[in-house]
Amino acid sequence: MVKEIPLVWLPAAACTGCSVSLLNSDSPTIKNVLVDPVVPGVHINLRFHPTIMAGAGEQALKALEETRVLYKGGYVLVVDGAIPTSPTESYCVMGERNGVPVTIASRFVELAWDAMAILAVGTCASFGGIPAGGTNPGNCVTVRKMMEVKGIKKPLINIPGCPPHPDWIVGTVASIVLNGLPGPNDLDDNLRPKAFFGKLIHENCPRRAYFDEGKFAKKFGEEGCLYELGCKGPITHADCPTRRWNGGTNWVIGAGSPCLGCTQPEFMSLPYYEKVTDIQLPVVGAYSQAAKEAK
Amino acid sequence: MAKITIDPVTRLEGHLKIETEVENGIVKDARSTGNLFRGIELILRGRDPRDAQVIAQRICGVCPQSHGIAATLCLDSAFGLGDKIPDNARIMRNLIHGSHVAQDHVLHFYHLAALDYVDIADVAKYQGKDAELNSVKDFITRGELGPFAPRYEGDYRLSPEVNQMAAAHYLQALELRRFGHETVGIFGGKIPHSVGIVPGGVTDVPTVDKITAFLWKVKKLQDFINTVYIPDVMAVANAYRDYFEIGIGCKNLLSYGAYDLQGDVADLTIRKRLFKQGTLSADFKFDSLDITKISEGVKYSWYKDSSTGRHPSSGATEPEHSKNDAYSWVKAPRYGGKVYEVGPLARILVSYVNGDKTIKGLVDTALAQLKVPPSALFSVMGRHLARALDAKIIAENLEKWLFELKPGQPTYTPYEIPQEAMGMGLTEGSRGALGHWIEIKDKKIANYQAVVPTTWNASPRDDAGNPGPMEQALIGTRIKDRDNPFELVRIVRSFDPCLACAIH
Repeated sequence: MVKEIPLVWLPAAACTGCSVSLLNSDSPTIKNVLVDPVVPGVHINLRFHPTIMAGAGEQALKALEETRVLYKGGYVLVVDGAIPTSPTESYCVMGERNGVPVTIASRFVELAWDAMAILAVGTCASFGGIPAGGTNPGNCVTVRKMMEVKGIKKPLINIPGCPPHPDWIVGTVASIVLNGLPGPNDLDDNLRPKAFFGKLIHENCPRRAYFDEGKFAKKFGEEGCLYELGCKGPITHADCPTRRWNGGTNWVIGAGSPCLGCTQPEFMSLPYYEKVTDIQLPVVGAYSQAAKEAK
Repeated sequence: MAKITIDPVTRLEGHLKIETEVENGIVKDARSTGNLFRGIELILRGRDPRDAQVIAQRICGVCPQSHGIAATLCLDSAFGLGDKIPDNARIMRNLIHGSHVAQDHVLHFYHLAALDYVDIADVAKYQGKDAELNSVKDFITRGELGPFAPRYEGDYRLSPEVNQMAAAHYLQALELRRFGHETVGIFGGKIPHSVGIVPGGVTDVPTVDKITAFLWKVKKLQDFINTVYIPDVMAVANAYRDYFEIGIGCKNLLSYGAYDLQGDVADLTIRKRLFKQGTLSADFKFDSLDITKISEGVKYSWYKDSSTGRHPSSGATEPEHSKNDAYSWVKAPRYGGKVYEVGPLARILVSYVNGDKTIKGLVDTALAQLKVPPSALFSVMGRHLARALDAKIIAENLEKWLFELKPGQPTYTPYEIPQEAMGMGLTEGSRGALGHWIEIKDKKIANYQAVVPTTWNASPRDDAGNPGPMEQALIGTRIKDRDNPFELVRIVRSFDPCLACAIH
């Protein structure tokens, strides 16, 4: 007998990049995740995901509403995108009830109340991200903020990244399935799983030796540490250097680009191609000349 | 008159509602509503112009690479670099862009469109030994069918054997498009939201190991496109031949052209490209591209009326959600005041009528096999066929371009950010003509405007009241079964709409 874990995926003010990144899952493949028991005896039953589901319109929304009723307290709610709140919640709408448009904000609140746990997938859902940048035209808020405002006390895990690595999403779900919900020591202050976000990019960067030597690239295509070109590795928590992206093919710094800091709450206020100034480097490399100068 | 509303239209990117008025089984009126506004054009204001390439990609996670290219071309032009991009960089940009588009088409046909034509439930009858298909059979037997149920029931026409084969290809295509993203990653760093393309060139350098890795990934893409994707499109087209007469649309096509073949011409409207710039009318007449003819209307969009009718170089985005008569966040771009469709069909046919012998040969061969005239391409199946041929043409050129790379030669041209400047970037995204416009003041972004493929295709009525291309394609359609309105979703999905793109 295979245990079914229902999961619904609610797209808010998002770009669908998080979903496409999930499609890039390698081991397990996305087919393994959706069709096969993802770990022995457990199947993730994706009951609602507008980008891939067969049904449309009312029949699709019925699947969403049925999940909330039939599996009350037993389903996982995934949100990608931040949630618009004002000047009107109507900046993001999905479906109608009795001819009246239903906002994503109200759908989120309904679904969150009855969920077992909530995953904020991507930097927009976790920290506001892109739509909350600049003047934040739709007053987009994070999933965490929306839960606080509405008094919803459910387990929440932030899986940031623009987009998140598929392993971070699948790994977090697998961890819940195998070990239950994360304990307080499993998440950092930003509610990110320490397993994936516990270290700085800078700590494991293959170009770290260049930083310690003080050898910095001055323009794209040059050898050296990308710090002067704006690399946010020294302030960004993620395991990209060791995990690498797209099936291990490459990663940001591997293509000669500075890290952009996309897993950080401050992602949208960073100048991507300007050197970071007020960095607080961890103990590693504290004796290097460059690190001292940087401080 | 009865109303059929589909909200959300699934298996596309973003938040789309389709409303139709149906009389005696015929769609008399149709409205396309984009339901999410983020305001990325406003969010970009005041930032370092170089950041546009990063943030504009986040307009869309399905086709970020197209926005990365458009933003970069826009910055190149604003920074005076349009004729100074080293050949290596031009080629690497093409490789990143092209491999992304090719996998995007595979994703669209199998994972967004196919479930409208393929009855995946037939896998329950499968008796063979294919392990993947048997695992799907187990899945169906267990009875929890999300995300493959519920669905529209009825008009599935393929035989059980063909459905089973198509289901196997659906799974194979999942692997293949993942693989396509690995190809993008070789020079792009990662994807979605790559990092390799920047104003002045690219961040990476070509090395023999990367060239070799790219080659063999592209060969796999080519193999899938030629032996699986195109034959499957032909099989579906043969089984659903009436869809060469459904979803015809406005019959005006627009292409900006894409994949630069020269790096020393700044003017994007005449730069030599793999796909040509230009327009095509219903009588297959070619006309050259005149970018001054573009304007965006907002009478029926949720923006202030005072901003209507502008050219995107001086465009404005001023949300006003309470506006009477408006029904969408998508603006209504028009070319010379007329409704134009964009996409792979436009891209292919503009080159077809502009004397590209290779493209003409490919299209004519496919049309001969299907026994339909060129005019049948203005249709649901025409769009699918054009998209598949687009993937083939791109994948074949990727291999060719790869060997034009010269390791050790420059990949980047340094520059200063100008105090004040205007810029324009034109390219073809997976879904069609894509333009970005920038105005720089005090070295910061003062204005940024994007007119995106789905802005054209999913646009609402323009100020003169003309419905957008998708709306026009829906109007006049006969709905066989109003509880299972396959026709509507098949028409909409043939455009491969992307709503995060369209509104941004």
